[in-house]
Amino acid sequence: MSTVTTKPAPARPARTTSTLAPISWRGPIVYGFFALASLIFFALLPAGGTETTFRISTATDFFQIPALTVSSTGFALVLSLVALGLAGLATWAAWTRRRLGVWLPVVFGLVVVFAFLAWAGAGKSAIPLTGLLQGSLFLAVPLVFGALSGLLCERSGIINIAIEGQLLAGAFLAAVVASVTSSAYMGLVAAPIAGALVGLLLVIFSVKYWVNQIIVGVVLNVLVVGVTSYLYSTVLAADPATWNSRNPLPVIEIPVLSQIPVLGPVLFRQTLLVYLMYAAVILLQIFVFKSRWGLRMRAVGEHPKAADTVGIKVNVTRVKNTILGGAVAGLGGAFFTVAAGLAFGKEMTGGKGFIALAAMILGRWNPMGALAAALLFGFSDNLRTVLGIVGTPIPSQIMLMTPYVVTIFAVAGLVGKVRAPAANGIPYVK
Amino acid sequence: MKLELRGITKVFGSLVANDHIDLVIEPGEVHALLGENGAGKSTLMNVLYGFYDPDDGQILVDDVPVEFAGPGEAMAAGIGMVHQHFMLVPVFTVAENVALGHEPVKGAGLIDQSKARALVREISDRFGFEVDPDAMVEDLPVGVQQRVEIIKALSRDARVLILDEPTAVLTPQETDELIAIMRQLKAAGTSIVFITHKLREVRAVADRITVIRRGKVVGTAEPSTSETELASLMVGRSVSLGVEKAPAEPGEAVFAVRDLSVIDTVGTPVVDGVDFEVARGEILVVAGVQGNGQTELAEAIVGLQTPVAGSITLDGKELVGSGVLDVLRAGVGYVPEDRSTDGIIGTFSVEENLVLDLVDQPPFSRGGALNKSVIRDNAEKRIVEYDVRTQTVEAAVGTLSGGNQQKVVLAREMSRPLRLLLASQPTRGLDVGSIEFVHSRIVAERDNGTPVIIVSTELDEVLALADRIAVMYRGKIVGIVPGDTDRDVLGLMMAGVPLDEAVAQAAEHHTVLGEADLEAEAAPSHTVEDAREEEIQ
Repeated sequence: MSTVTTKPAPARPARTTSTLAPISWRGPIVYGFFALASLIFFALLPAGGTETTFRISTATDFFQIPALTVSSTGFALVLSLVALGLAGLATWAAWTRRRLGVWLPVVFGLVVVFAFLAWAGAGKSAIPLTGLLQGSLFLAVPLVFGALSGLLCERSGIINIAIEGQLLAGAFLAAVVASVTSSAYMGLVAAPIAGALVGLLLVIFSVKYWVNQIIVGVVLNVLVVGVTSYLYSTVLAADPATWNSRNPLPVIEIPVLSQIPVLGPVLFRQTLLVYLMYAAVILLQIFVFKSRWGLRMRAVGEHPKAADTVGIKVNVTRVKNTILGGAVAGLGGAFFTVAAGLAFGKEMTGGKGFIALAAMILGRWNPMGALAAALLFGFSDNLRTVLGIVGTPIPSQIMLMTPYVVTIFAVAGLVGKVRAPAANGIPYVK
Repeated sequence: MKLELRGITKVFGSLVANDHIDLVIEPGEVHALLGENGAGKSTLMNVLYGFYDPDDGQILVDDVPVEFAGPGEAMAAGIGMVHQHFMLVPVFTVAENVALGHEPVKGAGLIDQSKARALVREISDRFGFEVDPDAMVEDLPVGVQQRVEIIKALSRDARVLILDEPTAVLTPQETDELIAIMRQLKAAGTSIVFITHKLREVRAVADRITVIRRGKVVGTAEPSTSETELASLMVGRSVSLGVEKAPAEPGEAVFAVRDLSVIDTVGTPVVDGVDFEVARGEILVVAGVQGNGQTELAEAIVGLQTPVAGSITLDGKELVGSGVLDVLRAGVGYVPEDRSTDGIIGTFSVEENLVLDLVDQPPFSRGGALNKSVIRDNAEKRIVEYDVRTQTVEAAVGTLSGGNQQKVVLAREMSRPLRLLLASQPTRGLDVGSIEFVHSRIVAERDNGTPVIIVSTELDEVLALADRIAVMYRGKIVGIVPGDTDRDVLGLMMAGVPLDEAVAQAAEHHTVLGEADLEAEAAPSHTVEDAREEEIQ
């Protein structure tokens, strides 16, 4: 081997920064607004009663924890003051250009939510905390699968607006197959096939014909709505006993684990679909970032030409991953029918696919992030149901808006600048 | 490994990019492929690399005909390529980029990170590259990114390494290091194909030179051939390699930038407290490696970027805060860096492009309606004046060659009375003939008494045009130096070394190319200056 060596590069002087970016006051303003709103509405304005009760254990728990009863106004006041303190902290951090961790929005959100619960549940029956969380997780299931689907497609460079259609197709086929075979599990097997078919259509038009992927996605959503609604009102409606009977997935209780107070019933008293969701999130979190498959998928989504020049087949990779993504969303679609124990109904996904897309972005194209975002949306969705049962002073129409308001605030206020895969939505043409 | 190309032909639509090209690369030689922009060098290498299918011809490896269905097969045959635009995923680490496509795996398809890192370290140590396998590629300077590309090729046991315009993004010192690496690889038995249009580099490193013009091999040359001869072979006629330029006669300083700062979307200062002024009748060239804030500086002057601090004054009038149109109306002529996206509208006709920023004014329009005949007359006049080669003025400007597109931009921007001319990369991607034309126009504008700012990353262009040079590094001006400053000094300044230190370092050791220049000066067998004198006589 030759011993020629290169001369060391000239020392690069370290960057000395004299110019600073203007301070962004968005965070402090948002926090301040919500803390003040919490103080005025939940602590100072009169509530429906003087005491709020939180029920922590469910009836079947091994460890019974007594319900917690607090003074509504006092509890809300304390929490609102904490929220104001956090807003002050955010202001100080912005002023001194310090970065605070992700704990701040999480803690702030929890504090304001509890202040709200204290006010909303004042003088009403007890608020079931476990039920609230259990329902949140349950409602988050289709969102998680949808977000994972979007992540698989977009990480490989295909924009998947068709999540909604994939969920709906999965819900439909799961219901029909489960009904015909009288087995909810067969429905669970069939659902991914329906989603994969929608994914296949998406990727064919995107990769082979270079059609604008957003347009293809929207058209596919409409197509799936049309096809399932047509079959529903013709075939399914004619003989619902054969084609569209209810086949709920059984709840599988994991021994021991399900006895953990609060978390046990929430996490380990669920259907197979939820356990599959845990597995999907964990496996994807590992494989997207650590495996050969994940590396190639991300390379194709970031810089397809670079992938091509090292011998990776760009379009084949995209086709495979988009179909896989479709299958994942299809599986999530099974939630609406077999996991929820319902028969198929027209357009029963109700825009969940789009919320899933928001969860994917809020989770920064990251499985764990998507899970957290989906849980947030699931929680806001479930809050309205639980409060409806408890009985709150808020009109139900306004409560119906909650998930969407939370989505808009979360995406606009918290996401900030995120970086989508660089080649997302751009067809690869040599 | 011996590599041979026989009769390679590649056609894109009506354009014959490669026309029966024959080329032999002997084992362990540095073979330079010299040609102008658009001569077909990169196409040829993309064919060789399996990225394009040739329409005709054969590739032989060690005298055995081969066919590559894709880059993967070319790589397997021992051909590695370092692309002009790096084929690196910016958000991956060095190790991930090197491993991509042939990842070492342990069970279940998980990547064996330690093996991937070890491979990078091994090659990096062998050649003294000092590349950290865990560094994120987007955080690395271009010179280091290029080494990552070389490591990538070597990790696949490349025995022929194609370097496509490798020096385009490097400072002279980085170029020097690259030349050392090339010599080292050659000593280790690797053949190198060195694609370039820069004559000095070719003469410094090549063992043999093949010249390509308009898709055809027009000749081969020895490295001892003079630059003038190589240039005329490359262009097809005798050319002058410099610009005829009288010394500047600067008047009063009418344009000034004071303490200007611009911040990018993530909050990093990209222009950082920049301070300079330009006088009437002088050319100030802003030099620096691409991505050190020159683009943002130019855009801030025109009003495309909003500075966070500082002022820009022209004839005593503040430009910061006024819109782009107001800046143009104040007499600023702006030639943008990327003409195809910012300078012209490709699907519009030549005549329309010639009045893009004038159509809202009489005589080109009245009461909101275009005055077609005035626009036509204007176009007819300009294409003669600026020697725009187009069939008609109605032709879509996108169908013209790069040089003619640039002339359209210049014609538009310089056809109004100017108080300042600001041109970014005015000759990027142009052929030698167009470069000569553009340069002479810029000098003529200076001689009219207009202050001129040129932003350029090409050192040849910097030295050809500049009366003064402002060198930028990471958003700051390292120093403003006279137009005849030594290349090596400029190169060091482009890497952030302050002027006095740069002078001292450059005196200590010259770069390979710098030494070649000195030798040429000491023994002028047939230098550029001679050639120019001959032409004048």
